[in-house]
Amino acid sequence: MNITTHINGKSYSHDVEPRLLLIHYLREVVGLTGPHIGCETSLCGACTVELNGKAVKSCTMFAVQADGANVVTIEGLASNGKLHAMQEAFWNEHGAQCGFCTPGMIMASKQIIDRNPNPTEEEIRHGLEGNICRCTGYQHIVNAVKAAAKAAGV
Amino acid sequence: MIPQAFDYTAPKSLDEALGLLAKGAKPLAGGMSLIPMMKLRLAAPDHLVDLRRLKDLNYIREQGAAVHIGATATHYDVENSAVVRGKCPLLAETAAHIGDVQVRNMGTIGGSIAHNDPSADYPAALQALEAKVVLKGAKSERTVSVADFFVDTFTTALEPGEIIREVIVPVEDSGTGTSYQKVAQPASGFAIVGIAVRVRKSGGKIGMARIGVTGLANRSYRAAAAEKALEGKAGSATEIQNAASLVAERVDVNSDLHASADYRRHLAVVYAARALMAALARSA
Repeated sequence: MNITTHINGKSYSHDVEPRLLLIHYLREVVGLTGPHIGCETSLCGACTVELNGKAVKSCTMFAVQADGANVVTIEGLASNGKLHAMQEAFWNEHGAQCGFCTPGMIMASKQIIDRNPNPTEEEIRHGLEGNICRCTGYQHIVNAVKAAAKAAGV
Repeated sequence: MIPQAFDYTAPKSLDEALGLLAKGAKPLAGGMSLIPMMKLRLAAPDHLVDLRRLKDLNYIREQGAAVHIGATATHYDVENSAVVRGKCPLLAETAAHIGDVQVRNMGTIGGSIAHNDPSADYPAALQALEAKVVLKGAKSERTVSVADFFVDTFTTALEPGEIIREVIVPVEDSGTGTSYQKVAQPASGFAIVGIAVRVRKSGGKIGMARIGVTGLANRSYRAAAAEKALEGKAGSATEIQNAASLVAERVDVNSDLHASADYRRHLAVVYAARALMAALARSA
């Protein structure tokens, strides 16, 4: 089946099998290896991307479901060599340890701030429930989201 | 984890979708249950019909004394809808407990209740709300109560070729207090026990109590004995405790690696008491 998607501002058309998962399409067909495959069972959130403005787990979605959609991956956040505010905050607050969960964490964190520019710590933790950090570096990740919210408010 | 090959259609109209379903195709909504099952090859449909793009299944609107929720309204939509929050707060509160934000962005109310996982969150609230489900086939439409809709584990009143068109919940009377209290399995987020409560007082006495239970048995249910025990009571701590102790009465309680039947029964009593206290505190 032929699908057309708009990924990080560029259009792509490919003929794909309906059973191809979006994460495999992004990584293996389009060549965007930022979204990671962690658990493959929609629990860990490492594969999180934005689909029409909503954070989704791309391992639990078929590429054909994204036909016509706008997709943003971690590669699409920085513009003109300037990091997105959430990437900047993760860097400043040491929100990454091994880095495997980081692309998904940043996409989920971006969703939190997009929907609620001034979240409480509880709201931040609620918004990150779908993302697992096996280094258990959650405190710095929560700090990063707080810092990004604060920076946006300045 | 690659599913078995299948055909995929994204129909333009509900009629087109129903025509394909009548020929044996399987409906796909948010896919939050179906796709994991397909990846594990527990499900291997030949043909998926994507309902998510059908505008005429995606709505939330107030109509008379009820809120009508289209089958493909996502959990995020339900959680954040001004109509649901204002007119049926129990359902919005319950939706916020489902899975995680990514799951709520994709998963739909129709898909969730059609799957009928015995540990899903919505059934507790829908039982307490005495909600109705509208089922649509190629040549039929019928309305069933949730008490009849949720038949058994992964089994509903849906006939082959039928889909859920909408869920109908009553507009809550002002003064009614509601609460959903849940023990979540930490990895999956599913309810080990989930208790949804609605209570309304008149003249200082409880005039109406509804208690929906999920996670405990092979299907969600209303705890009728506990409800009855509350009627006419003022809602003292002892009265709440006595009612809560009846929440799993005459129920065949599930046992699995997360919680034994005895532990589940214990949790149900504790969480029923908590939900009742929270709902009473919110009632006028």
